[in-house]
Amino acid sequence: MSRILFFFSEAFRALRRNGAPTLAAVVTTVVTLVLLGVLIPIFQTAQAKSNEVRSQLAINFALYDDATNAEIAQAKEKVEAMPHVAEVSFISKQEALQTLKSELQDKSIVEELHTNPLPASLLVKATDASDLPQIEKEVMGTTGGGKADPISPAISNPFSRQQSTEKIEKVTSALKIVLTVLMALLVVASVMLIGNTIRLSIFTRRREVEVMRLVGATRWFIRWPFLIEGVVVGFLGGLVAILILWIGKTTIVDPLSDTNSFAAAQHDATLAFPVLAAVLFGAAILVSTLGSGVTLRRFLRV
Amino acid sequence: MFSQKAPAPMARLRRNKNDRPEPVRSRGRRAPIIELSDVTKVYPGGHMALDRVSLSIGRGEFVFLVGPTGCGKSTLIKTLIRELDVTEGSVRIAGRDIATMPEKKIPQLRRNIGTVFQDFKLLPNRTVYDNVAYALQVIGASRHEIREQVPATLRLVGLSTKLHNYPDQLSGGEQQRVAVARAFVNHPPLMLADEPSGNLDPVTSIGIMQLLYRINKTGTTVVVVTHDREMVDNMRRRVVELYEGRVVRDEVSGGYTEESTTEFGMRMQAEMGIGADGERKTNGHGHSLAR
Repeated sequence: MSRILFFFSEAFRALRRNGAPTLAAVVTTVVTLVLLGVLIPIFQTAQAKSNEVRSQLAINFALYDDATNAEIAQAKEKVEAMPHVAEVSFISKQEALQTLKSELQDKSIVEELHTNPLPASLLVKATDASDLPQIEKEVMGTTGGGKADPISPAISNPFSRQQSTEKIEKVTSALKIVLTVLMALLVVASVMLIGNTIRLSIFTRRREVEVMRLVGATRWFIRWPFLIEGVVVGFLGGLVAILILWIGKTTIVDPLSDTNSFAAAQHDATLAFPVLAAVLFGAAILVSTLGSGVTLRRFLRV
Repeated sequence: MFSQKAPAPMARLRRNKNDRPEPVRSRGRRAPIIELSDVTKVYPGGHMALDRVSLSIGRGEFVFLVGPTGCGKSTLIKTLIRELDVTEGSVRIAGRDIATMPEKKIPQLRRNIGTVFQDFKLLPNRTVYDNVAYALQVIGASRHEIREQVPATLRLVGLSTKLHNYPDQLSGGEQQRVAVARAFVNHPPLMLADEPSGNLDPVTSIGIMQLLYRINKTGTTVVVVTHDREMVDNMRRRVVELYEGRVVRDEVSGGYTEESTTEFGMRMQAEMGIGADGERKTNGHGHSLAR
């Protein structure tokens, strides 16, 4: 018990006596955490938006006009049973025309048509937009190349209502990768930055460690106060950063979320604030403690 | 590690506290405190710092280790506290080979060897009191023991008025006294001083030497390293001289006599050509000098 008290008093003494390095470590932690705390939700929102766009992507399979209801139902079932297919819905000729009408500015074109030239179709959504080409091939029976041999006689040909399906798919895929890489880089940079600041603050005290070794202090006897120091730095840094983030959230983001859909997306698409705060806080303490421990190891060698 | 041969420092402290009688030690020939046999140390790069050094130092001795710079004195000291591993040969401290000692036991070894260095090696952000106390905290001494031992030891070295100063507020001589106090506070059986007066003026160094002699008189073996062979030549103490990693002289010069600390100091002053004036100044262990 008195040991533990001793270690804590040692840690706080060191923090007090090494004011400047301690402050540097805390400030670095705060800055990095605030950066992470702002960017993580933004990244997540961007991811969510991109996923939303992707989930809209679909492929249509036109059906022959003379297909019977039974044939259509059978085709629908078959497609539904395929892998990566999320949703299949039937769109009648009438519905297709209706949609076209609502999208056109000059409705007269439709009015002038006396018949409905649009085919009925099956609208297929994939679990992920990147699976759409594969689904198309399988439905049309062209997986091995060669002539089309659809899985159902009711299906005539595939088409896509959005001309840009492929383009959107590519762009959002790239965006997804870029965002993931950026986020990973940011996390790595943060860890290294905090770790390095702590390394530096310990490095200035390596003579101290040397002296401790000399009078016969065991490794853990030397290590504990440094680890506690790391915890305290991480704790202080985390606390301040979360305070700043919370103030930012309540004064800037929350008022915006009523009017701005991007900010609103935060509520359902990103981590809840308490979770984010807890993660950042835990990470800060972990990183600064590990930083202390790892740096010390070098000096603790005899 | 000294448990069978000599009471461990902590055991000794506790015994004092509880007023228990000293247990009868097993008689017979006790192993010398330091025993080197054919110790060779080759640094990476091929420099041979120690070349088949054999040396035995008995308990209670006061030994000067001299030689020019680079002759291997510091290397020798470092091998004694296992700061360096020897390339060949065995280093025995109190009969125990420390070369094969597991790394876990090294702190234990160092607690039983007080070390004093030319550059003091004090902890800069601790007061004099805390610096000395640290050596006791390391071995898990109780607060009561610390409160008793630290002021007593600081009184011994003549620093009882500077307990709450930080090292950078002290003179070199005073800092070295703190280092000596820290080395001695748990009454180790062996004390190594590597050029303890290397950074100090002659008068102050005599104060430190006197202090080491005093400590020797309490039964602690003291090994003092110095490159100043002139000074020790007629000290009537055992002198071991190293030259290029080899022991070239090992003799007791002038006969080994019991003498008081003051006599010892006076003779040293005479040796170093400092007159009665210097003697007056060093009384009280160089205190007046520090100010």
